[in-house]
Amino acid sequence: MTTAATVSEAAGDSEDAGPYALSHLDALESEAVHIFREVAGEFERPVVLFSGGKDSIVMLHLALKAFAPAPVPFSLLHVDTGHNFPEVLEYRDRTVAAHGLRLHVASVQDYIDRGVLKERPDGTRNPLQTVPLTEKIQTERFDAVFGGGRRDEEKARAKERVFSLRDEFSQWDPRRQRPELWQLYNGRHAPGEHVRVFPLSNWTELDVWQYIAREHIELPEIYFAHEREVFQRAGMWLTAGEWGGPKESETVEKRQVRYRTVGDMSCTGAVDSDATTLDAVIAEIAASRLTERGATRADDKMSEAAMEDRKREGYF
Amino acid sequence: MTSATEPTEPLSVEQLSATTLLRFATAGSVDDGKSTLVGRLLHDSKSILTDQLEAVERVSADRGQDAPDLALLTDGLRAEREQGITIDVAYRYFATARRRFILADTPGHVQYTRNMVTGASTADLAVVLVDARNGVIEQTRRHAAVAALLRVPHVVLAVNKMDLVAYQESVFAAIAEEFTAYASELGVPEITAIPISALAGDNVVEPSANMDWYGGPTVLEHLETVPVSHDLAHCHARLPVQYVIRPQSAEHPDYRGYAGQIAAGTFRVGESVTVLPSGRTSKVAGIDLLGTPVDIAWTPQSVTLLLADDIDISRGDLLVPSKDAPPTTQDVEATVCHVADQPLTVGHRVLLKHGTRTVKAIVKDIPSRLTLDDLSLHPHPGRLVANDIGRVKIRTAEPLPLDSYADSRRTGAFILIDPADGTTLTAGMVGESFAAPQPVKDEGDDDGWDF
Repeated sequence: MTTAATVSEAAGDSEDAGPYALSHLDALESEAVHIFREVAGEFERPVVLFSGGKDSIVMLHLALKAFAPAPVPFSLLHVDTGHNFPEVLEYRDRTVAAHGLRLHVASVQDYIDRGVLKERPDGTRNPLQTVPLTEKIQTERFDAVFGGGRRDEEKARAKERVFSLRDEFSQWDPRRQRPELWQLYNGRHAPGEHVRVFPLSNWTELDVWQYIAREHIELPEIYFAHEREVFQRAGMWLTAGEWGGPKESETVEKRQVRYRTVGDMSCTGAVDSDATTLDAVIAEIAASRLTERGATRADDKMSEAAMEDRKREGYF
Repeated sequence: MTSATEPTEPLSVEQLSATTLLRFATAGSVDDGKSTLVGRLLHDSKSILTDQLEAVERVSADRGQDAPDLALLTDGLRAEREQGITIDVAYRYFATARRRFILADTPGHVQYTRNMVTGASTADLAVVLVDARNGVIEQTRRHAAVAALLRVPHVVLAVNKMDLVAYQESVFAAIAEEFTAYASELGVPEITAIPISALAGDNVVEPSANMDWYGGPTVLEHLETVPVSHDLAHCHARLPVQYVIRPQSAEHPDYRGYAGQIAAGTFRVGESVTVLPSGRTSKVAGIDLLGTPVDIAWTPQSVTLLLADDIDISRGDLLVPSKDAPPTTQDVEATVCHVADQPLTVGHRVLLKHGTRTVKAIVKDIPSRLTLDDLSLHPHPGRLVANDIGRVKIRTAEPLPLDSYADSRRTGAFILIDPADGTTLTAGMVGESFAAPQPVKDEGDDDGWDF
């Protein structure tokens, strides 16, 4: 690639952009890489939360670019709810193997089997992730934990810092956050404390999809429209399966759907969609009148401050 | 401005990717209508989605309010909703076909000067709101002063509530003139005044039919077209080294790259560079732009530089062109905004983070505190408390390559950190504070403790 081509591509057809303007995706990418490298430079034991969902896939892609041609100097951590989509677990394991990375798994099922955690009456396991996550952070002595959280997802997250200090109980206190000035991130922490790091803070759902398209990043196939056996619960299409659905009153039907977010099967809903390609997905999201979480996450609808409350306890 | 309000043909991935990013901050007093302006920008750019609006309608109805309270969209925390105030900076995102926007939504109350400083530190533009009925007030001058201190390149004066002054041109003209004179004196390089009614929608997204005497852009049109500063002619190239990349693999046995985000200017292959603070020199042998070799790279790209010579370079060093190296010093003079609850005092031992380097430092002197209301300098205040802006002299344990903040917002900035608990104490800007600094007021009867 010649320099001249890079300059004119970056400028696009936007008449106000000078020759050295970066496209918004280039600017977001550069910022995220800067954040990855800051953590690599300042922390002893960082880990990247990796679920096989699109945000963590983009994070891993950015980390690979940030340290190329050297390997990513972090291991990965997945909190497995026991109700994950098989397609996503397959993707996770294949990706970890392809890049020669180390994967830690914190298992919610294991906690339930040991009697430490109790299944909730509503069957959703998303809120149960907090304990296995925070205990894993403590036992492995991780001091920086990358998450794919974006500020556009939810209004409590709009208040989140890029470097977010957590106490020894992993708690988030929104009133005691450090101001974040310029690009001077402050990673100081006491033993036992850790910092949650959000390289995608300034990305929106659309940015993530555009970046996936631009970089030709492979995703688990459930992000694209496909036929699936689903049933309706609380206004969402949930995947039928051994995890506990449908109940007697609920009926399974075959629909053409795809997922906008990938989480626990018990609380992540599919959306009706014909989008089988990245371009079609992007067009669909650009036209959607629903947020990603509003469309597909049951756990955020529990109360006005559901996300804030879970974050305070240590959730991402 | 149909692009922002009417659904248009879906854009291709290429078109969407070609848009640029503008970071801006809003500032306004409590009742200036900042939430309404932010709400309208988000709403009219279709950034408020149905489920968010429904949530606001539901909560508003539960509280017995007649109309949806749009402040609920932006007040995300329990305490904020309980108290009906904004207590912290929030970042919001919206887009038009022409640009992506990151909005630092900063609370306007006087006790949150530090929040405006935080929001303005990364902003290309600041919107200062004024109530047309009140004109330029103390708070307006504070906002202008903070924007000037932080060297925000563009300032928009949004004269709001024009509907309440019968859309009179004379009211707008008088406010715009007073503000422009004041802000220009502070050194704000570009000021655009726009008469608006955020509530009625005049000149926010759509041009106003009520103010045909106004020929300028709407707020959104200005945000979409204002040039993001990429004028590199006067920028000194700077690369703080974040991390040394050494694969030591069979494929790359000798690769040794210096990774970092270019803080200012451009770097070219073949250029002579100096490593600071050591002063060693070499040549740029190659530039990797995230895996792609390039001949030239510029701010704010994250790159990896390869040098012709194997010299000792580590995290914290600064790479600069040999012909344009900043001086290194252990004595820092700066304007600071104190952002922590515990005060900053003379003799305070701190950590100073500049670029990628963190060094021990001691506060040697606090010569003055700035009164934002009239920009007078209060001599020897003894200490700075939360939200104070003042001048400090700091001695560092190691020499630092410092630019003036006026020359480089990245390499002229630093933060002070409490070594005991890691608290971010102070935001610092090296060099003179304003283009036209005011002389220190010398009042004999002043004991320096009058806050």
